[in-house]
Amino acid sequence: MQFSDQLEKRFAELQTHYPIKRSALVPMLLYAQDEVGHVSDEVVHEIAARLDLTDLEVRNVVSYYSMLHTKPIGKYNIQVCTNISCMLRGAEKVFDHIRQRLGIGHKQDTPDGLFHLEEVECIGACCWAPAMQVNYTYHENLTTEKVDEVLESLRKKETQ
Amino acid sequence: MADVNITVDGRKLTAPAGTLLIEACKSVGIEVPSFCYYPGLSLQGACRMCLVEIAKMPKLQTACTTVIQEGMAVTTASDTVHQARKAMLEFVLQNHPLDCPVCDAGGECELQDMTFSYGASESKLIDFKNHKDEEQWSPVVFFDRPRCILCYRCVRVCGEGMDVWALGIQNRGALSLIAPNQDDHLECEECGMCIDICPVGALTSGAYRYKTRPWEMNHVSTVCLHCADGCKTTLGVRRQGSGNQIVRGDNRDKSGINGDFLCIKGRYAFDFIEHPDRLKQPLVRKNGTLTPASWEEALELVALRFREARDTDGGASMGVIGSSRTTNEENYLLQKFARLVLRTNNIDHHRTADFPAFVNALSGRAHATASMRDVLSAPAVLLIGNDPTYQHPLLAWQIRTNVRLHGARLYVVNSWPIKLTRQAKEFLQIPEGAEDKAAAFLAGDDSAADALLTSKTTREKLAGFREKLQGEQNLVVIFGSELRGQELAALVRAAARGAKYICLGDHANSRGAADMGLYPDLLPGYLPLSEAARFGEPWKSVPQQPGMDLEAMVAAGKERKLRTLYVVGSNPVARYAIDPFALAETFVVVEDLFLTETADLAEVVLPAACAYEKSGSFTNTCGDLQLLRKAGDCEGVKPDLEIIVRIAELMGFDIQQLAPLDPSGMRADFGESRGVQSGEVDQQAIWNRRQGYEPRVSPFNPFAVLKEIQRVVPGYNVGQLELLSGNDVHTATAGRAPGKTEADRFILPSHENLFTSGTLGRYSDVLNRVIEARLRLPNEKEKEIAAD
Repeated sequence: MQFSDQLEKRFAELQTHYPIKRSALVPMLLYAQDEVGHVSDEVVHEIAARLDLTDLEVRNVVSYYSMLHTKPIGKYNIQVCTNISCMLRGAEKVFDHIRQRLGIGHKQDTPDGLFHLEEVECIGACCWAPAMQVNYTYHENLTTEKVDEVLESLRKKETQ
Repeated sequence: MADVNITVDGRKLTAPAGTLLIEACKSVGIEVPSFCYYPGLSLQGACRMCLVEIAKMPKLQTACTTVIQEGMAVTTASDTVHQARKAMLEFVLQNHPLDCPVCDAGGECELQDMTFSYGASESKLIDFKNHKDEEQWSPVVFFDRPRCILCYRCVRVCGEGMDVWALGIQNRGALSLIAPNQDDHLECEECGMCIDICPVGALTSGAYRYKTRPWEMNHVSTVCLHCADGCKTTLGVRRQGSGNQIVRGDNRDKSGINGDFLCIKGRYAFDFIEHPDRLKQPLVRKNGTLTPASWEEALELVALRFREARDTDGGASMGVIGSSRTTNEENYLLQKFARLVLRTNNIDHHRTADFPAFVNALSGRAHATASMRDVLSAPAVLLIGNDPTYQHPLLAWQIRTNVRLHGARLYVVNSWPIKLTRQAKEFLQIPEGAEDKAAAFLAGDDSAADALLTSKTTREKLAGFREKLQGEQNLVVIFGSELRGQELAALVRAAARGAKYICLGDHANSRGAADMGLYPDLLPGYLPLSEAARFGEPWKSVPQQPGMDLEAMVAAGKERKLRTLYVVGSNPVARYAIDPFALAETFVVVEDLFLTETADLAEVVLPAACAYEKSGSFTNTCGDLQLLRKAGDCEGVKPDLEIIVRIAELMGFDIQQLAPLDPSGMRADFGESRGVQSGEVDQQAIWNRRQGYEPRVSPFNPFAVLKEIQRVVPGYNVGQLELLSGNDVHTATAGRAPGKTEADRFILPSHENLFTSGTLGRYSDVLNRVIEARLRLPNEKEKEIAAD
């Protein structure tokens, strides 16, 4: 399996960071997921081969981390924090609102494949709670209106 | 290392620095409970059962990961500790089902014991238990997730111990589960170590599950009858119909040279015993077909024909083929039968290694053979040829464990990268079939280097390899059947400085068969025929001419010069691809468990007991002598020892000259399921009275034969006490007179792997059912790639 040149370069550099080869496993999985969209069997096999691990060992790690997906998910991964600070500032209302707007629940995808919704633990944005993360972009001080704007802009971006 | 003093529950104790607290406690008999801690495996600290109080430490500490320090004051039995362990048990039991009454582990479950000791039988949790249906991962491995307590023992023993890495942990927290390497099934060596090591009933064995409860079994320690490593195995037997039935094999008491190791064959492949094709009645050829007959009829016919042949054409017209799977006593008695009763040296067996050359090369060097235990402790090991992972699983385990735990240096010389190269410090890849040249080179012959060069092996590498080896002290040198004759001798003579050797044969008693003199030109102990007299008065009549080997016997058969052939526990027709018509005019008698290709040609077929159904002794390939103890029964069969004696008796031979009658009679072995119902014991008593013998005396007593062996066979005069207490005793080779040492052209490696075991393997359901048996071995794959 061949990744993009950019990713290959990144992998090569990663190898130099750690004294033990397998230490590069988690970052490699994350980067590969960003490029491929999910951690496919092919990705597992490829990374295992590159790090002298068995497929099983890689799957053990993948299954441990909730941020690694083994199946394709919606293009925009909406991760709503409902941990204590966000919860106190209305995160559950925000989460319920998104659920209703998109018609999907926790760890589900919209039929058009655009959105994936997840309720997550602290994302380190307590100062601006409630907050959510769409892929790698943060949206803070959320209200239901603000959420609607975000969803709308993403949808618009997609239809253009 | 310096010793450290600590106090445990007010008792002072001293242990070497670096000792784990849990082990230090154990050394004075204080048991600290644990699930995840397992001696010899990496530390996990997962189960939190071994929490103890240590003075000046703020919280409870895990005894399994704490290294003792000078002055440490430990409390293992306070209320706090008790409370903590009880709470941990409640956690463990959170999702654990209450199916102990149907669980295989019930009765020998560590969780049960622990719950019982700490009384954690009530739960404060009201949530539903997580359930997941049971999964079958292979014919021998079943996984029941809810019972699993996540101690990681199976994962570690599979990875670290077996170097297979077929088990992993997936998911997280309460949802964690053990996962097999192929999503829904296992592809591994199917050793079953994970099942044996499981403290609960999460991993259960396909061979044993739901068959019995642990307390309904008796346990018999005996020696595995498959490969030549001589693992001790504890067979769980249960009274059933006609006698004892073997329901389980393991070695959980860790006694014996193998500790707790067993491979798939030792653990599961006893099932051939109950195969429907097992011979249970003698067969005599009548009108061209083998027809069931009584023992009397069959034995009388054999004795009659043997006597006729001997008295008309002499012993030279008779052949005997022994077995590498029968006991030392039977082998000894068989060659004695051939030499004294049939008056012939025409005796041979399936040779899988050049033991005569090996012993000859070692003559005069005391303590130069390594025992299986030495492989676990040697500072360095040299392995030439063979692939122990598949052919000698215990040897591979010993090497791996030695490298892992004691930092031993492993040197491998092989024609392809065998699995053990993963543990090797140095690997020398040589062209196929060049093992003898490698031995010559390592022994100092520089001219042999040319034949060893490959793309991966340069002259510099060769020289460096040899130099490193020469720097090793107390090296254990192990080689397979690739090395024979001169090269073997050269290698053995070259290495010095405390080096010890192991020559690898293939079957459970290959070494014993060789030691007991199943050779046409060698007596027991590899003595030349000229020394027959030292075995006693009757031996003076043994012919001085070497007899025919197997090949010569077949040739004689073709020329119609072989009148009888007595085959005991061997299948030469299939092994050596003998033309069946060569034996058309020969009266062939076969003793075996199944109707083999050889038995198919026989005039008389006698059903024999297997090694799990009789007493005796085996010598493993290293020369470690161990006692077999009778575990199972099979109706209708007799041990080979009894059959041999009965034939001799019917031939009119004074059996006291053949089988020693030992009046001290420890435990006469009558083979077949005995007891009041069979009446055989009574018959024996009547026979004894008629002969004027004491009632306890039996001519079928393997211990009496063993005593004779110990008395007359060089190297076997080892302590009885050790043997009788179930330990392995290393036989010596030094001091033996040199026998014949020409390169042995009849050596035929059996190429058994983890899933084959000659005829026995063919009739073992388990060995045939595991998918790995159908997969190609790594070396075969490798060779195919090389050929492309």
